[in-house]
Amino acid sequence: MNDLIGQISICIERGKVNKAAPYPPDMREQDGADELTKQAIDDGIDPNEILHGCMMGMQKIGEKFSRNEAFVPELLMSAKAMTAVMAHLKPFFQSGNVKRKGKFVIGTVAGDLHDIGKKLVAMVVEGNGWDVIDLGVDVSADKFIAAIDEHPGCIVGMSALLTTTMVNMEKSIQGIRAKHPGTKVIVGGAPLSTEYANKIHADGYAADPQGAVNLLNGF
Amino acid sequence: MMKKITKKLKDKKVLVSDGAWGTFLHQKGLPAGQCPESWNLTHPDKVLDIPVQYIRAGADMVLTNSFGASPFKLKHYGLQDKVFAINKAAAEISRRAAGPDRFVLGSIGPTGVILMMGEVSDQELYDGFKQQAKALEAGGADAACIETMSALDEAVIAVKAVKENTDMEIICTFTFEKTVNNDYRTMMGVSPADMLVMLKKKGVDIIGTNCGNGFQRMIDIVKEIRSMDLSIPLIVHANAGKPDVQDGKTIFPETPEKMAGFVPEIMAAGVNIIGGCCGTTPEHIRHIKQAVTLQEKNDK
Repeated sequence: MNDLIGQISICIERGKVNKAAPYPPDMREQDGADELTKQAIDDGIDPNEILHGCMMGMQKIGEKFSRNEAFVPELLMSAKAMTAVMAHLKPFFQSGNVKRKGKFVIGTVAGDLHDIGKKLVAMVVEGNGWDVIDLGVDVSADKFIAAIDEHPGCIVGMSALLTTTMVNMEKSIQGIRAKHPGTKVIVGGAPLSTEYANKIHADGYAADPQGAVNLLNGF
Repeated sequence: MMKKITKKLKDKKVLVSDGAWGTFLHQKGLPAGQCPESWNLTHPDKVLDIPVQYIRAGADMVLTNSFGASPFKLKHYGLQDKVFAINKAAAEISRRAAGPDRFVLGSIGPTGVILMMGEVSDQELYDGFKQQAKALEAGGADAACIETMSALDEAVIAVKAVKENTDMEIICTFTFEKTVNNDYRTMMGVSPADMLVMLKKKGVDIIGTNCGNGFQRMIDIVKEIRSMDLSIPLIVHANAGKPDVQDGKTIFPETPEKMAGFVPEIMAAGVNIIGGCCGTTPEHIRHIKQAVTLQEKNDK
């Protein structure tokens, strides 16, 4: 593997955004995801390989998060580094030179304003090579359906943090199934479980962001 | 400055706090998706019944219906101009239930924004907490209860805002989860030790933990903190176990009797204030109070 790609991967795993970024302290003054990606593109490295390096870094931090070796702040820094890479890759996505794995529409269900968990999943999934459409919080069934209309073939992710709002997932899934029976829906959030996901006929339950990636890649 | 609660803890070993508010409000008809705190202005009598029932059950203190009444959360409902009115009403309602002899803890929850993401500045967070704290004090709260915290930076700003702008006592509690490595951390990676060191440094009067766990795990957390510090007053607001959904209804598995059964052990671990969080009811608090009274008698 190209050395630059390996370095980009490390920058993402460690959350090193750019040279000016003070985090992580042991990488101060070193080039970050931003500079290294620019250099890789200038060197004529295939952007698909850059995306692959990005995915590897994101996968490593996602797995650390699942093992409770990293927490939300570390994941957020990695996501920031990943965003810096994506900014350079954007023209290649637009031109079709780099293809993403598919579209993932995600939102926190109706009545629920909790943003953080959903956002973490969105970022890790994006870093794994998916095109992510984040609908935000308090997303009604109609909004999910409208997004599926707009992005045919997408997979849907639903988040809820409250026991009082997780019941809205079932209604949203029923609404989606009525209009788009083939659409896959995965669910997650603190009060959920595999049993609950099965009960409301979701296509999968993810306990953490990496779990969501594994589900998506498995479909 | 009056440190009424800390003073009382010196006279009496263990005090009892109240139980759940959020789940209680939904039981009283609050629809999912409506702003719970707006009820302080629109349904004050329904809100009042909550602290009234907890006081009747034997609570020495009650919280307020202001957990999500920060400008950041109220903005979603278009209520950001009502921060003062909603928080003041929250404290007034609980004061009406508590009377002059019981304590009112003004609830301040997390804002839901993350400082390190740059979504909000330190100053904006500070100003939001300041508005909330001043209004809670104006409504008669004895203490600010900064709760369900997971990030040290946000908690520290909330503590600073309360301290610099009010005379309220300061309680601050974090929500811990048990990791796969069997230690306790918040989602931001904060350990009970990190919390203890930082909150002591910032002059918080009472620290502790709320939500996320039933009593069993709260006992572990209390023991962990007490292994490092014998004197700081500790408060625990525990859930009635981990919720389960049956037929569209949320069921919390721990009965009042079961929760009260943990009281001797958590008292032995060194807790000073015991109360409930999600899923706990006035019945839970009544049983906890009885268990505390019985245990204190046995200890004499």
